[in-house]
Amino acid sequence: MSLGRSRALLTLVSVAALWFVAPSSPSRAAPPDSTQIVIKDFSFTPNSLRVKAGATVTWVNKDDEPHNVVSDTGSFRSGAVDTDETYSFKLDKPGTYPYHCALHPRMVATIIVQ
Amino acid sequence: MSDETSRYSRREALKCMAYGGAGTLFMLVGGVFAPVDLATAAEDKPGPARVGKPLFVQISDTHIGFNKDANPDVSGTLTRTIDLVNGMAEQPALIIHTGDITHLSKPAEFDLAQQMLSRLRTTELHTVPGEHDTTDPTVTEYFNRFGKASANKGYYSFDHAGVHFIALINVLQFKPGGLGTLGSEQLAWVAADLKGRSASTPLVVFAHMPLWTIYEPWGWGTGDADQLMDQLRRFGSVTVLNGHIHQIVQKVEGNITLHTARSTAYPQPVAGEGAGPAPLKVPADQLPKMLGVTRVSVVKHPRSLALNDTTIA
Repeated sequence: MSLGRSRALLTLVSVAALWFVAPSSPSRAAPPDSTQIVIKDFSFTPNSLRVKAGATVTWVNKDDEPHNVVSDTGSFRSGAVDTDETYSFKLDKPGTYPYHCALHPRMVATIIVQ
Repeated sequence: MSDETSRYSRREALKCMAYGGAGTLFMLVGGVFAPVDLATAAEDKPGPARVGKPLFVQISDTHIGFNKDANPDVSGTLTRTIDLVNGMAEQPALIIHTGDITHLSKPAEFDLAQQMLSRLRTTELHTVPGEHDTTDPTVTEYFNRFGKASANKGYYSFDHAGVHFIALINVLQFKPGGLGTLGSEQLAWVAADLKGRSASTPLVVFAHMPLWTIYEPWGWGTGDADQLMDQLRRFGSVTVLNGHIHQIVQKVEGNITLHTARSTAYPQPVAGEGAGPAPLKVPADQLPKMLGVTRVSVVKHPRSLALNDTTIA
């Protein structure tokens, strides 16, 4: 899956998707604010996120501790996302996607795809 | 024991600081295991470490790949740990690593860790993975290197010097919002492994996450560990060893002693201090308060062992 530095995310925003070609990357950049989830102090913010079908959600880790993003139902699973790294995943199908951090399983959140 | 604390000279204190995260040596004394801090064991003079034969050293949470402020040189501290173990007058028969070998499950981190651990004079190494070792999307990097002992299941057992060792994995089946999990399949395997075994067989059970609940909000525990304890209770000497929390916490429950090891990489806060179990940045002058020693004294009447965890501040 696409795991890039936040620098890469900024590049993505400014240069659109010229070179950003991971499997889950969008063909066009979604509005960054509405689909970004910040991981900080061992929690996901926003804890519940609504997006439109086809949106790419990006998690950015602002903790000194690595986290990962694992769908409860197996829809997606990131590798370890270290400090200031990101993980993106495109959600095509409407539905409710609960997920957690497998490094710290108390960290739980949900994405609702409409 | 404050009188004990005052016996430490500055030089010894510095030495303890240097090796405070070194690991724990386990001595078999009359069938009872006694953890001895490596800094104490390395002292070249008569002391607790001279009692009994060294059976194994527990190393934990090496976190190779970590490079943040809490310790920018985890390879350096592991090197010092290995040098310390290699320098012991009497080498332990085996080494146990209780997980978080790497920080991010990266191939290069595993390769470096393996290369470093291969420097140990004691070549028999037994491992269990931590959750940091299984974050690669396919969960294969750990098992490709260390999976052979367990046929890639993560749990296995072996015997040494009349002691039965059981290695368990509790970092794969996380329930969201919950603790570590052993799972019914693994618990059934433990039951079969222990069936017919004499209650006088000393047991050592090791896994990464604590096998008792130390602090649930941070996931410091294993949700179905009670089912394991039910199986261990009939044995006369059970030592349960874990890592994960980067500090020593011990509990004795009947014949079962549960003990967590320090990390060789960085300390973590005590339960509940801060937003979560993040690496703890410690100012140099605070370090002695964070690093302690575990010493074992022999009480002669009746003959038993007393543990003493003392900070070096």
